[in-house]
Amino acid sequence: MLTDFTPWMSFLGGGLIGLSAVILMGGLGRIAGVSGILGGLFTVDLSGALWRLAFLAGLVLSPFLYRKVTGELPDFAVTNDVFYLVAAGLLVGFGTSIGSGCTSGHGVCGIARLSKRSLVAVAVFMVSAMVTVFIMRHVI
Amino acid sequence: MQVLVALIAGLIFGLGLVVSGMSNPSKVLNFLDIFGSFDASLLFVMAGAVLISFLGYRLVLRQPHPLFAKEFPSCPSGLIDWRLILGALIFGVGWGLVGFCPGPALASVTFGGLSALVFVCAMLIGLMVAKLVSRVL
Repeated sequence: MLTDFTPWMSFLGGGLIGLSAVILMGGLGRIAGVSGILGGLFTVDLSGALWRLAFLAGLVLSPFLYRKVTGELPDFAVTNDVFYLVAAGLLVGFGTSIGSGCTSGHGVCGIARLSKRSLVAVAVFMVSAMVTVFIMRHVI
Repeated sequence: MQVLVALIAGLIFGLGLVVSGMSNPSKVLNFLDIFGSFDASLLFVMAGAVLISFLGYRLVLRQPHPLFAKEFPSCPSGLIDWRLILGALIFGVGWGLVGFCPGPALASVTFGGLSALVFVCAMLIGLMVAKLVSRVL
């Protein structure tokens, strides 16, 4: 599916993501990395479970807020091939846990803190994702 | 208070994903498809997010401690090991397969139908497997 180039809305939305990261750091001293927040629920120490669940609840419920304000559902199109969905989900869950972060943790918060680890991680997952898309769309 | 702040942060985060178009896997795949139907929007998401968090962190980290917690996290170690590289590599392949990363996948479970649910369940399993494997290694 072709999508429109939306520099302004994307920049604005990105700004909101940044604002959320600042609120979480200023309020709780926490990194707004979704895989990290989610992963922290699967440990023995559950002392931080409440704020983690609250953040994830906000994330899951946010489209309702969007709908309330704009009156429409977000654009959305994804494959319905169960094989690819399961494979992708397993890889994303496994990879972000081993690599300690995803697009938000490394890509936003890490880069904002000028972390060398995060810069390397972002470069690696961007290239590996681009190669994957190239193979999926232009080779297979 | 921690819970309320986290809930608000989660809402704003999700709103940002939806407004920016990141919650649409097709848009993400088009960004990654540099030799095909390239859509550069995601660069602007990154720019907006990094700009605000970079400036905001500078302000916030000047305080003695977070408003509702004892201390800020320590500075990242900078250690680049095989786990970081391997993990990022594997994550990238999964991201490129269907266009979902963890945030957008969770933000779209209420309107993304069965596809989003299947992906999120598989992601949780992948996460748990990684935790188990990490304990052994």
